[in-house]
Amino acid sequence: MRFLRHVFCGFVLLLLAPATAQAHLVNTGMGPFYDGAMHLALSPDDWLGLLAAALLAGLCGAQAGRWTLAALPVAWLVGALIGLLSLGIPELPGLSILSFVVLGLLVALDVNLPAWGVATLGGLFGLLHGLFNGAALRAADAGMLNVLGIVTTVFVLLLLVTAAVVSLRPVWTRVAVRVAGSWVVAVGMLMIGWLFRGRI
Amino acid sequence: MKKTQVRQDIFPRQSDHPAGASPRLDEATTKPGDCARGRINNPAFWLVALLIWLWPETAMAHVESGEAGGFFSGVSHPISGLDHVLAMVAVGLWGAQLGSPAMWLLPVAFPMMMAFGGMLGLIGVPVPGVEIGIAVSGVVLGAMVLGEVKAPLTASIILVGVFAIFHGHAHGTELAEGQNAMLYSLGFVISTGMLHAFGIGIGTVHKWKTGQVALRGAGAVVMIGGLFFLWSAMG
Repeated sequence: MRFLRHVFCGFVLLLLAPATAQAHLVNTGMGPFYDGAMHLALSPDDWLGLLAAALLAGLCGAQAGRWTLAALPVAWLVGALIGLLSLGIPELPGLSILSFVVLGLLVALDVNLPAWGVATLGGLFGLLHGLFNGAALRAADAGMLNVLGIVTTVFVLLLLVTAAVVSLRPVWTRVAVRVAGSWVVAVGMLMIGWLFRGRI
Repeated sequence: MKKTQVRQDIFPRQSDHPAGASPRLDEATTKPGDCARGRINNPAFWLVALLIWLWPETAMAHVESGEAGGFFSGVSHPISGLDHVLAMVAVGLWGAQLGSPAMWLLPVAFPMMMAFGGMLGLIGVPVPGVEIGIAVSGVVLGAMVLGEVKAPLTASIILVGVFAIFHGHAHGTELAEGQNAMLYSLGFVISTGMLHAFGIGIGTVHKWKTGQVALRGAGAVVMIGGLFFLWSAMG
């Protein structure tokens, strides 16, 4: 029991271990809005989690999809603004990985959550990743337009994927969505390993 | 008129030189009109052409690295070893024989357990006999397909999951320096899933009598491959 407690404490510490900030704002040459959109595309931990959230919202039905579509981008925007205006927000890759592993696991297990539950999870995910995005943008001297680029891209991707999943009718398509969720979990487990190795 | 002048500039006539002056190599050997007829008999021309042809360029060694390198490295790992390919395709084949829901659940279980095995390898938890485990997976999964064994769903998931740990432990930990771990993992998982899908795709022939026999034959091939790898691992 004591051993398990030590393992748990070690795991929590690992999740909260800060990493070096990797502010990788890309210059697309088309202005800060598109730089922000590209930032999301080049952050796999962001869009992988976003994909899992969209799949979960789609699996849980149209109502959950609508609520998530309202909650997640707004939370992302709020988080990014807080990150942009605050000092000293550490990058916590462990927490970032855990967030998309949880969402992926819920998709893989096809857990039927109520709409408010999915929206809350989506909101928490959006707030967390928005916060990290904001901190990264602050480190790269980026501004509000970059945040808007990110949040708009988040909204569009979430809308498209959720709508596509909600409209799926054949049974095997629902299973295919669950398979995609399991792949997200698999990537997350490997990432936890890389985190232990110090390669993130 | 202009064309003739240019030709004369390139291949001046012998008479253009003052008496006693030694003609240049091209002048000594080139006859006017050779170029115009499509023949160049001047050795200097060919020497220069050869030199240009053999002129070394700056070496542009572009080892795959960074984001794209990490992804493609991950994609190529599961398909780079025949022992892995056989086992992963066999999972799809067996799933197709078992039918729904096993057909879908086995490819869900395998990548997840494989990633778990990779995670064990990364955090330093040893798994004994990894290579033997991988070879045995080929033998057992091949035998399952060969015998068209209708195992219970839980048993088949456990069996596939245990073997997946060996595969993940062997392959999941090989990230080259400087590559993106996230994209490597993504490529690794997608590639594995595609191999299962390939197996399931082949397994669709199961609905025909001849296809059922062919699938069992494929199982035999996987089993023989597994035995070969087992022999190699033991030796």
